[in-house]
Formats: sequence, structure tokens, C-alpha cells
Amino acid sequence: MSDQMQQMKEVYETTESDSSVLNDPEVAHLVIHQNKVLGLHKVPGLEIDVTELDDGVELNIRLADGTIVKKPVHLCFGIIPETGVQRIKMDVKIGKNAKISLLSHCTFPNAVDIQHIMDAEIVVGENSEYNYFERHIHGTKGGIKVVPTAKVTLEKGAKFITEFELLKGRVGEIYIDYQITGKEDSVMEMTSRISGTGDDFIQIKESGFLVGERARGVLTSKIAAREKAQAEVYNTLRATAPFTRGHVDCHEIVKDEAIAKAIPIVDVQDPRAHVTHEAAIGSVDNKQLETLMSRGMDEDEAVELIINGLLS
Amino acid sequence: MGLLTIKNLSLSLNGNKILDELSVDFWEGHIHAVVGPNGAGKSTFAYTIMGLSGYRDFQGDILFAGKSIKNLPIDQRARLGITLGWQEPARYEGLKVRDFIKAAGRFNGEENGVVEEALHKMGLEPLLYANRAVDKTLSGGERKKIEMASILAMRPKLVLLDEPDSGIDVSALKNIFAALTYLKAMGSTVILITHSLEVLKQADHAFLLCAGKIFDKGPVSRIQHYFEDKCLICDHKNVPEEFPVEVKG
Ligand SMILES: Nc1ncnc2c1ncn2[C@@H]1O[C@H](COP(=O)(O)OP(=O)(O)OP(=O)(O)O)[C@@H](O)[C@H]1O
Ligand SMILES: [Mg+2]
Repeated sequence: MSDQMQQMKEVYETTESDSSVLNDPEVAHLVIHQNKVLGLHKVPGLEIDVTELDDGVELNIRLADGTIVKKPVHLCFGIIPETGVQRIKMDVKIGKNAKISLLSHCTFPNAVDIQHIMDAEIVVGENSEYNYFERHIHGTKGGIKVVPTAKVTLEKGAKFITEFELLKGRVGEIYIDYQITGKEDSVMEMTSRISGTGDDFIQIKESGFLVGERARGVLTSKIAAREKAQAEVYNTLRATAPFTRGHVDCHEIVKDEAIAKAIPIVDVQDPRAHVTHEAAIGSVDNKQLETLMSRGMDEDEAVELIINGLLS
Repeated sequence: MGLLTIKNLSLSLNGNKILDELSVDFWEGHIHAVVGPNGAGKSTFAYTIMGLSGYRDFQGDILFAGKSIKNLPIDQRARLGITLGWQEPARYEGLKVRDFIKAAGRFNGEENGVVEEALHKMGLEPLLYANRAVDKTLSGGERKKIEMASILAMRPKLVLLDEPDSGIDVSALKNIFAALTYLKAMGSTVILITHSLEVLKQADHAFLLCAGKIFDKGPVSRIQHYFEDKCLICDHKNVPEEFPVEVKG
């Protein structure tokens, strides 16, 4: 096995995933360590161009009209040393009537002073579907700043489903900023699940603009903040077209000295639109807790079970 | 002496006396029904025995197997073998039925198959339910059955069931009755709070609770009489002086 291949597998395995998937010719993959491409494999209809920059990479992803990528594309970004900067500039264009799922792992297992900046522009073409799942694996020291920003445009009938998960290791600081515009009959569904401890800082700003008739959107944030962690969620859904539907959902459990804020904005500018929001912020629900305790769990175990359920 | 002995239990909530010098003995291994009008204090009584927050500050004593549990927190009472089935069970977010039942079964030391067995006993197909969440997507009846399944998995010594039949249809009622049979077979003592005559008839004997006191006790046939004639239209609610029956507690 070449050095590079070996290195790639090592990076990949810090994501607690089985690297054998990288040998599957039907699975497209891209593995980037800091600003170096360790592995790249494409499948028909999917173009991935990478340019190495001083402090990261620039990615151009193109999916041709009508292409259905059967198996999820595996992306892996990471920095194994304790310090460094990784800037990912991503330009994604999905053609018409196409479908793709991306499974992205971001791994910083030894972070002491790391910055991971992701700057994406995504256009999902007419009647296409783009599924993006991003899982972060951080170390235990908390010395990391993660700044994912994205501007997304959904053409007519496009579907955009994303999940962001940061449950392993310390968050450090995270600033998520997503802006999505949905044209007619489009669907946007964004979910973030983040668990903060120590003095972690979590900020989520998601804005969905339902500009086309019958566009739909759901923004969901689930956060557990323990110890001295702080979480702020600013989610906005603006409906300016008729028959649009949306829901903003925020559930934050706080424990110890943690602080949580949620500022949902529901902005409806057409009488035929309908947008709702739900927010629950606070300590663990007493009845949930006492039920588990009445089955023999002690308080701490019960709290953990409830939080793990919420974040699952 | 019974498994659970309540001695002169008085409890006030927001300045109102809800339980009033209540004394009663529950014998081991029996199904005891507790009936009484709305607002009589039945749920309060159950919560106080379980030790829920807000129900810890009372006069009198609660003895379990001869020892006072007055100062024990909920989980320690549970580890002695006491549990409670809520009238409106809690709903969670994301917590799997499997993990919910396992949490109760773990206490009992059993591992393999405990979830499947408990669900089966309640007439719920494990393949359909074990991986669902104990959340608002479950119907009221399903949620009650899952509550009961978790209690069966725990194999409690004493279980307080607060209206296990409320919101339950005829076929699910059979599952609840079956659960009572399982509990009895495993030697559990059951305190069954109910408004249903049919459920009352499952008990070995019964207590009538009114205005925070035990007003009568005896075989189901005896208590059934009050239940049919009085409590459904009880206009003596919370006015003990006027209650026509002498206290036998
Ligand atoms: N936190 C509280 N503060 C003040 N009063 C309370 C509180 N909780 C219960 N009560 C009152 O205590 C009384 C007994 O309530 P409880 O729920 O125990 O009745 P119950 O017998 O279970 O009635 P039901 O058959 O309707 O379930 C009621 O009058 C109720 O309003
Ligand atoms: Mg009640």
C-alpha cells in the first residue's frame, strides 16, 4: 500500500468508520488532510475538481443532469496534528433530475488550536435531490473553531436535506451560518444535533427563504449544553410565496451552569402561507426524569438517557 | 403487617389538605384497588408513596417491608422494588422504546430478550415497536401499554398503577388485565387506582378513598356498592363530615 493510501486510511479511521468503503469502486470518495488531497475517486456523471490552497482546498463538484449516484459519496476532511487551519471552499452544482447523497466526516481528534472553515455555494437543479450528512469528531481539549457557512439555492422541485452532527468530543466553538432559498415546490430540511460541554460555544444561524409557491422548509436544532457551555440558535423562516409551509423547531436541554438561547423568527408575508415554530429550552423534563428514576435509574443516568434520546 | 403501611399520612398542597391522617395497610402479593371520586387524592397518594418532587413534605410515615422510606429519594425507593405507572405517561424525544424498557429491566438483572418479552406480554409486536421512540407519535393507548411493558420488565415488588385503563380500548384492556395477572404471578403487590368497575373487579380487595381519607375497605363486592351507588354521582366530594358511611380504615 502506498504511503498516501495508508495515510488516507488512517485519517479516515479516526472518524470511527470502516475505511474498506474507500475500496468500493462504486463509492466516490474524497479524503483531504489539511490542504492535501490524500484520495479522490469519482463515479460516472460526478465531477470533483480539487485545487490545493495554502490553507485548504477549493472544491468544484458537478453532477450532470439526470445522474443518480447510487451509493453515498464519502467525504473526509481533517487535521490530525494539534494545530492548523483548514479552509474548504466548495462550489456545488447539481444538474436537473439528479440525485446524490454525501456523507461527510470532519475529524480533528487531537485539536488544540485548529480552525476549520467551510464556505459553500450550492445550487440544486430542478427536481433534483441533494442529501448531505456531516459528522464531526473532535478531540477532548476543545481547542477548535468550526465555521461552516453555506448559501444554497433550490431550483423548482429541488430537495435539500442536511444533517449536522457534533456529538463526539468537545465542540470548542462553532458558528453555523446557512442561508437557503427555495423556489417553487422545493423542500429544505435541516437538522443539527450538537452536544456541548466545558466552555464550548455553539451558535447556529439558519435562514430559510420560501420564495416559490408551495416551497416547504423545516429547520430543526437539538442541543444539549452541559457544564459551562453556551448555545445560541437564531433560526429564521421567511415565507413570501403562496401555499408555502414551514416549521422551526428548537429543543435545547441545559444542565449545570450552561446557558441556552433560541430566537426563532417566523416571517410570513403571504396570507396563504403557513409557518409554525416550537421551542423547548430548559432542564430535563421532570416527569421524564422521575419516570426513569421510578424504574431504578439514578438521576445522572436518567438525564444522560434523556439527552442521548434527544440527540439521537 | 402488610408490605406497605401508611401511618397517619397528611399532606397539603398549596395550603390545601389533600391527604388527611390517612392510615392503611396493603398486604403482600394482592391486587388492591383504590377507588374514589375525582379529586379525592388518589394520584396524590400514589405520588407520595413514590416520593415524587412536590410530594415529599408530609406528616406521618410510609413503611415498606417494615422500614420507613420517608427520607429516600425516588430512585432508592425504586431500587427497593417500588414503581409507579402514570395516569398520563411521560413522552420523550428520540428515546427508543427498547432503551426505555431496558432501563427498567436492567434493575432486575435480566438482559437478553427482556424488551421483546415485555412487549409481547402487552400485545405489542417488538419488530414494530422496539425501535420507535417513546414520543408523541405513539397513540395514548400504545403509550400506556409501553408504560406497562416497562413495569413488567422491572418485576417490581410493589407497583402503583394510576388509572392504567384510562384512554384504553376494549382489546387493549385485555392486555392490561393480562399484565395484572403477570404481576400477580411474579409476586408483585399491586395498588390499582381506577374509575372502572370492570377493572375494580380484577382486584382481590378494594379501598374507598374520599377527601384524603380511607372511608371503607373490604372485598370488591362491598366497595363496588359505593362505587355504583355513590361515587359516580358523589356529591359529598371533599366534605367528609357529610359522608354517610362510618370510617373503617
Ligand atoms: N399541586 C397542587 N396544588 C394544589 N392542589 C392540588 C395540587 N395537586 C393536586 N391538587 C388537588 O388535590 C386534590 C386531589 O388530587 P388528585 O389528583 O390526587 O385526585 P384524584 O383522586 O387522583 O382524582 P382523579 O380521579 O380526577 O384523577 C384535587 O382537589 C386537586 O385539585
Ligand atoms: Mg388521579
